[in-house]
Amino acid sequence: MSFLADYGYIGLFFVVSVVFALTTVLIPQILTALGVIPSKPSPAKSATYECGMDTIGKSWVQFNFRYYFLALLFLVFDIETVFLYPWAVAFNKLGLFGFVEMVIFVGILVVAYLYAWKKKAFEWK
Amino acid sequence: MVGLQHYIILSAVLFCIGLYGALAKRNAVIILMSIEIMLNAANVALVAFSRYVTPQLLTGQIFAVFVMTVAAAEVAVGLAIIIALYRQKEKVDVGEVDLMKW
Amino acid sequence: MGLAISFWLLAAAAVGSALAVVLLRNVFRAALLLISCFFAIAGLFVTLGADFLAMVQVLVYVGAIAVLLLLAIMLTREAATGSPFSRWRIGGAIASVALLAAMIAVFRATPWKVADQSVVLKPTTAELGARLLTPESGFVLPFEIASVLLLAAVLGAIVLVKEK
Repeated sequence: MSFLADYGYIGLFFVVSVVFALTTVLIPQILTALGVIPSKPSPAKSATYECGMDTIGKSWVQFNFRYYFLALLFLVFDIETVFLYPWAVAFNKLGLFGFVEMVIFVGILVVAYLYAWKKKAFEWK
Repeated sequence: MVGLQHYIILSAVLFCIGLYGALAKRNAVIILMSIEIMLNAANVALVAFSRYVTPQLLTGQIFAVFVMTVAAAEVAVGLAIIIALYRQKEKVDVGEVDLMKW
Repeated sequence: MGLAISFWLLAAAAVGSALAVVLLRNVFRAALLLISCFFAIAGLFVTLGADFLAMVQVLVYVGAIAVLLLLAIMLTREAATGSPFSRWRIGGAIASVALLAAMIAVFRATPWKVADQSVVLKPTTAELGARLLTPESGFVLPFEIASVLLLAAVLGAIVLVKEK
């Protein structure tokens, strides 16, 4: 059980961060409801603030689908990291056989990367 | 005290929520999210069995790593299908995809 | 005691946010609550002593899969249409609840062979690496096939999305 107790600190950190975020959001609302802060909304006050400039268009724009290729490759190499990490930790026990296995694994994924490269998935014309 | 049954019943509850989402929704992205919830529920069950039935072997945890790999591949191809569908129909409603329906 | 409290809190968070994913009409909020569901499940993995899997859960599900899902929402501009129910709304609910009742009945009736719980839990990363990659435990072929599956997924996704 001992090493699980260390994860309690992560939980504590999480709770503190949530409480902090909620209090900073809720304090103005509560003070407004109590009447401490005057509430006189006007169109200029409730406009979207964007570095002082007038906002142009809506924020619901359609993303360029080329981002999808980057996300796809990120996903695949994220999974590769998941397998690399325990391999690296246990490397001394595994020896040459484990090394060859991992070279084959990474080699197959490099084929995916080369294919994406050849198909010009990373190019923005 | 929390035991094996708590975890597998939690896993069953999550699985059935995901199943309901996959059956009752029309938005393809929400259906994909529901399938992710179902895969996560299976992972909870696998890790719980690994912890309570074979605590020395870790087999369930290795299975869970493979389930995550399959989930990643599934999301990659699933979203590619959704993007291709959106290009064809300008919609992601699965009710619209009836070209091969009998 | 601490384990029991964290189990119930995390289970409530996971079930609550999973229900919200299914029931909310706003697609973007559903995706954000899916992330909170993934975090809660990572916490459940910690309570089960699977520290490496909890890390992987955050890394893969929150870091990659959730990002891909949010990207899909922004790519297809479907936040405007919301997330309507199909005509399976009632039938799906009945089927899921029936399946849930059947599963809970079976789980409660089964005499589970729970092992001795006095083992000391250790960090699992090195142990997992050794078991995954030594030939004796038999996961070498699945491991290599996983990379072939990822390769196939990348090829398929690029073929589907690439414009002609």
